[in-house]
Amino acid sequence: MTHPATRGTQPADGTRQGVSEVVGSRREFVKTAGAVAGAVVGAAAGVLPVTGRAFAQEAETIKIVTALPMTGSSYGQTITIVNAVRLAIEEVSRKVGSFVIEFEAWDDATAAAGQWDPAKAAELANRAASDPNIMVYIGHFNSGAAKITIPVLNQIGLVMISPANTYPGLTKPGKGETGEPDVYYPAGARNFTRVVPADDLQGAVGASFAAQTLKAGTSYVLDDTQLYGKGIADVFAGVSQRLGVRLLGRDGVDGKATDYRALATKIRSLRPDVIYYGGITQNNAGKLIKDIRGAGITASFIGPDGILEQAFLDDGGEDAEGVYATFGGVPPTAYEGATLEWAARYKAFAGGEPEPYAVYGYEAAKVALAAIERAGVKDREAIRQAVFATADYAGILGTWSFDQNGDTSLTRMSVSKASPNSGKLAWILQEVLSAPAL
Amino acid sequence: MNLCLLLQRVLPPPGEGINACEYLAQQLLTGVANGMLIALIAIGYTLVYGIIEMINFAHGDVFMLGTFLSLTVIQVANIRPPGRNQLPGLELYVALLGVLLLVMVVMAVLNLVIERLAYRPLRRAPRLAPLISAIGVSFILINIGLLWKGAAPQNFPNFIPRVDILNEIFKLNTAIYFTTKDLFVIVVTVPLVLGLQLFVRRTKVGKAMRATAQDREAAQLMGIDINRTIAVTFILGGALAGAAGLISGLYNNTAVFTMGFRAGLNAFTAAVLGGIGNLTGAMLGGLFLGIVSALADGYIGSRWTPVVVFGLLVVTLVFRPSGLLSQDTGDRA
Repeated sequence: MTHPATRGTQPADGTRQGVSEVVGSRREFVKTAGAVAGAVVGAAAGVLPVTGRAFAQEAETIKIVTALPMTGSSYGQTITIVNAVRLAIEEVSRKVGSFVIEFEAWDDATAAAGQWDPAKAAELANRAASDPNIMVYIGHFNSGAAKITIPVLNQIGLVMISPANTYPGLTKPGKGETGEPDVYYPAGARNFTRVVPADDLQGAVGASFAAQTLKAGTSYVLDDTQLYGKGIADVFAGVSQRLGVRLLGRDGVDGKATDYRALATKIRSLRPDVIYYGGITQNNAGKLIKDIRGAGITASFIGPDGILEQAFLDDGGEDAEGVYATFGGVPPTAYEGATLEWAARYKAFAGGEPEPYAVYGYEAAKVALAAIERAGVKDREAIRQAVFATADYAGILGTWSFDQNGDTSLTRMSVSKASPNSGKLAWILQEVLSAPAL
Repeated sequence: MNLCLLLQRVLPPPGEGINACEYLAQQLLTGVANGMLIALIAIGYTLVYGIIEMINFAHGDVFMLGTFLSLTVIQVANIRPPGRNQLPGLELYVALLGVLLLVMVVMAVLNLVIERLAYRPLRRAPRLAPLISAIGVSFILINIGLLWKGAAPQNFPNFIPRVDILNEIFKLNTAIYFTTKDLFVIVVTVPLVLGLQLFVRRTKVGKAMRATAQDREAAQLMGIDINRTIAVTFILGGALAGAAGLISGLYNNTAVFTMGFRAGLNAFTAAVLGGIGNLTGAMLGGLFLGIVSALADGYIGSRWTPVVVFGLLVVTLVFRPSGLLSQDTGDRA
């Protein structure tokens, strides 16, 4: 055996030779041992991925994603929803049973639109479909976006829990356009649930507030021409008329227009007692109230939960004072008991105050985690069934269940007013009501 | 008075809160105020087209940046609006005047820089090249606005008090709501537009501009420095867009990075309607557009307004391709 010259070469003499032979053979032994070990590791590395997760990874990953508008003025509210979801996941130390919970926050808005975007929403649905780890999709914030993604996710059986979509036609038969809600569920089985009461209740509450508390005799109804806004404006118009409030006019508002003075003059000539706006802040609701008040109109202005956020108060400036907004639940300034305690936990976790929908994000995440635990397997169908089987769930919002349509059994609603609160405007609770029986 | 009764029958207002004459007058006032703003921006489009036959698509976004700059300056210099029912002091108006001059200067310089970098190198290129370059500049400016103030609409503080002139000062018991805010827009834009007209008609530089617009080679033969003349045109356009930006902020109390696109579209339409290249045409086109929009909003419905406005544009161009006040462009047509 010839060895190459290396450091510390020793003269080859008998004894050394013997030693070097031993050393040599040890080197050889090490060499072959190394080769064999390498072969074993290599084989194992080659074999392991195939036999795979079953024994190499003991904890499987289940992903929960949120799909909310994180660009534009919605961000102020949606970041609180995302933080609340994170809080819920952190509270279980990111583990449910033997599963590790991963979380991703997705954005369904684009800067160009300043709000949710149909193409982006469709992209997110496809992204969720192609990731096999995603078991629960918490989204959307705007009903128009849900309209696009529900059918896509329905076809792959991925369950959705929405913290904020309130358009009734998404789940309730007979409350939307013809064909709704079945048009959203091409695969047959329902996959969309929501922890917030729908607009057929919220619109009715708005109408009942206008008719009974504000004692309005006439109304003028506006909407932002989107699915949610138009939907709830229609509900308000219908119910208010049934309650004896005469409808003087109905108009769509262009969210991209520079001003609404001419519209305000038109409304002024009609002299309604109350103006109802169905829509979201991001469709220029702030400018609308500025121009309405700027035209000298003193009628009460009522809106839905789409304007119940700080962004509307910022956009509307001093003209936002006195605006009413309905909400499926209570605003954060009126939290008490368990919700107040939760708000303190939220503040300690995320810093800053939660916006109205944050607590719904938290509840949605808790329901998802409970369903994953009940299902016990990493299977979309099993988890979907477990979510729909949520019954008498004792959550932060109370004890409630999902019905077979995916709607919550909660019906507590509130009306809030934008009032000065330590120097700034804030949404202060006015009345808690349940929807009128119709 | 008989006219008002006739109007009541022919064109009744939607409700009884206001009679037909007053309703029409109110919508006309809104239209005039908005129209003046559109006219300020339309002048920029028409000047540039007149002199180098190019539609400066980025002009509306210069207007948007003017609003953003004035908002930033107001925030940085901590110029505060007066309290709810307080009358603003004189220092406030002096401060706002200072902001106006600053914004006009900066936007003028911006427009000049854009001309130098994006349009001058393409002066001999085929007609489409500077147009595409302008669209590119427009996207750049929109994204600068997005990065500067974010995607959400910004609240512009309310500096101009909203005092009902007709009812409170003149004590005419009328339903027409003509406030100091509307007056402000008209009072500030009219001198700017008139000043520009005087500049173009009476000064030597203005004469050079008109000569260059008429025939570039002949003007050069007469010893006019073309580059300088074009630069002055862009400076004037930029200054007016900047002024329009501040006025829009003070009048509409809102600023958002997409406002340039809408305003630019309206202004471009107004310029074409009035006869592109014609200064008076841009002004009248702006007023016309503002009034038609307000009347369509008031009598038909705001969702039909774009249909009415662009329908009128199409009809006008079909029967008078060079616009309402078109000049005889001679061999150029």
